[in-house]
Amino acid sequence: MNRYFRELSVAGALGLLLALLAVVAPAFYQPQPLLSLATREAPTLVVACGMALVIICRQIDISVGSQFSVCSVGAGLLAAHGWPAGLVLLASVSIGALLGAFNGVLIAGLRLPSIVVTLATLVSLRQGLNLVRQGEFVNLPDGLQWFGLSQTDGQWTLVAFALGLLLVFAVALRYLSAGRFVYAVGTDTEAARLAGINPQRVTFAVFVLMGALTGLAAMMNIIQSPQVQPLSGNGLELKVIAAVVVGGVAISGGRGSVWGMFAGLLLLACVSPTLTHLHIEAYWEKAIQGAIILLAVVADGLRSRKENR
Amino acid sequence: MSAPLLELRRITKSYAGVHALRGVDFDLQPGEVHALLGENGAGKSTLIRVVTGAHQPDRGSIAIEGKRVTNLTPSAAQQLGVACIYQQPALFPDLTVAENIALRLEPSTGLRLVHWSARRERARNLLARIGASISPETEVRALSMPEQQLVEIACALGAGARIVIMDEPTASLTQKEQHLLFAVVRDLRASGVGVIYISHRLDEIFTLADRVTVLRDGESVGTSLVGDINEAGLIRMMVGREVTQIYPPAETEPGEVVLALKGIGSSACPVHDVTFDVRAGEVFGLAGLVGAGRTELARILFGLTPADRGEILLNGRPVILHSPQEAVAHGIAYVPEDRRRHGVVLEMPIAQNMSMAVHRRIFPGTWLRFGTERRHALDFIRDLAVKAYGPDAPGGSLSGGNQQKVSLARWLATKPKLLILDEPTQGVDVGAKSEIHKIVRRLAKQGLAVLLISSDLPEVLGMSDRIGIMRGGTIAAVLPGKADAQEVMALALGTAK
Repeated sequence: MNRYFRELSVAGALGLLLALLAVVAPAFYQPQPLLSLATREAPTLVVACGMALVIICRQIDISVGSQFSVCSVGAGLLAAHGWPAGLVLLASVSIGALLGAFNGVLIAGLRLPSIVVTLATLVSLRQGLNLVRQGEFVNLPDGLQWFGLSQTDGQWTLVAFALGLLLVFAVALRYLSAGRFVYAVGTDTEAARLAGINPQRVTFAVFVLMGALTGLAAMMNIIQSPQVQPLSGNGLELKVIAAVVVGGVAISGGRGSVWGMFAGLLLLACVSPTLTHLHIEAYWEKAIQGAIILLAVVADGLRSRKENR
Repeated sequence: MSAPLLELRRITKSYAGVHALRGVDFDLQPGEVHALLGENGAGKSTLIRVVTGAHQPDRGSIAIEGKRVTNLTPSAAQQLGVACIYQQPALFPDLTVAENIALRLEPSTGLRLVHWSARRERARNLLARIGASISPETEVRALSMPEQQLVEIACALGAGARIVIMDEPTASLTQKEQHLLFAVVRDLRASGVGVIYISHRLDEIFTLADRVTVLRDGESVGTSLVGDINEAGLIRMMVGREVTQIYPPAETEPGEVVLALKGIGSSACPVHDVTFDVRAGEVFGLAGLVGAGRTELARILFGLTPADRGEILLNGRPVILHSPQEAVAHGIAYVPEDRRRHGVVLEMPIAQNMSMAVHRRIFPGTWLRFGTERRHALDFIRDLAVKAYGPDAPGGSLSGGNQQKVSLARWLATKPKLLILDEPTQGVDVGAKSEIHKIVRRLAKQGLAVLLISSDLPEVLGMSDRIGIMRGGTIAAVLPGKADAQEVMALALGTAK
């Protein structure tokens, strides 16, 4: 069980927090607010699945927030033009995949460092969007919201869909050759190359997938409200990277699982409602989330030092 | 006679149970150039690390200028006047010559004001002392390799070095640059500095050195005045070891030509005009010194470096290899050198390591099958006698020899026609070494063509049916197996008439 120690300890921390809430703030366990919380986090979970892959592959993508905004606005405009919901979804995923492919070509093809490439795309996509849209909101047609379902049904659908996707990624990482290759490339790129794996192709595919998932998440987000906010993706990258790191995916690549990421995401998501229920000022939220991230990173650092000895 | 500058007595050092030095004696007199000679892995580098304080000897004593020193650290060694000039100078390319010299010589408090003019002046003086016409204000990036070496020597002088170690200083120099460097070495000698000079080039040793010491398998074979010995004598000292190991004999006649190279060369690495062939059932050894181009050639054959000249024929058909994937598809397998870094993924279980190159074959459907993978690994663990607690053991938990077997298993699983082994027994204990030799011979018997790259001369001689000797990026000669060790060494060194 030693192998999953890191995942289990995050899950344990989450369990403790939930137990604490059950005692001091049973009001937290009302179904409707919980469902709303889960619905808000569903798109984040989808993006975090992609980010887990990217980081296991020893890369990083900090442009997901901007990609998310571009996909949201793009999808919103197409929907406002009268495209049917299914096509809008397809378009959003495709836009994301294209943006991811652009990152992928620079990172895998030209072998540029992903932190620099995605920093550049983060800034240029965000500023480009500002320039074109001047911060204007997009009004969505009525039928798009919750894909025409009732709000509760729509919320359940989104949450179930995100959880299903999580399961798909967990299975794929463990039971597909492609998943194994992501770990191999992330652990030791040169060893993977010498073993006949094409690290460039794996890296490129991971970035395309990251973009496609971001497009999907953008769609999952815009159907929750009647308008598209052009800045909806700002700060998303920090949120998902934090979830991935807290969940025990090694930032140095090759290690971790989407289950750990899931526990990390839930832990971070529960901070804000906990504070509300305990009547602590909301300003503390970021500080506490930061402390959790720091704790996770220190734990990983200590563990790898112990192993290297 | 005055006390020697440096006196090493019975120095012993081992790494993880492997003896790198066993009771070596060595001394250096003032105003002497003392050459250190030996095959790859004979212990020269370890001896240097002991003198520079980078490594502590397990046993034995070090005396500098007659005074016994213990617990020598790199900074203590520098203060006692030891300086080492490496083949690749370790200077900061973006700083000027004066700044580089200052960084070495000034105490690093970090808060003192910098005397720029004094720095430049000192650099100018030091460079003038060795007759180098380099401006102190030049950025090191703009200097040639020999100029950088001169800067290193200036640093050594500035630090008041009395013992200067030069590790293959001429390896990347032209003839003319070599003569300049020799002149500086002679000046150093005339001023009473002792120079330990490491080189593979015997002619340099004869022109420059006063005495020569030969190391072999971590032992000092002997020290001689250069005037008392000739090239043949030196080579005999380097290779003349009794055969301590029994090599499994070749039992089959070689079959069809599997790999044929015709004038292979590459502009991306110093390999040129390589022509030879390897037959099925044959072990073709590649001997040569480090840097002769053997690994570079292997990388070309595995599609890692493009060959832009010549032709590669596999089973009689010309092939172009752009990537390892293509090489694998053509039935080529490459067990790389330095398995700790790239041969085995240390964090991964050995079962995953062994299946890595053959996913498509052993998992024909969509899904990985852990049962199949486990059985696949168990077969190889039994077949190659890998000592591990099971298929789930991480690669990093195994000993060097067993890691090598895992790396070998990964490639045997691809059912290759040509197996390239790059230093397969480096850093492997004697028992595992002989097991690997038996495996290689068995594979050849099964009809595999084996290209064996090894710096271990007895191994190449004992294992190979034919031996290609590489020097300067090309094949200097192809000899039959059981060739004479001295002849092979002479060809590798380039002293054969």
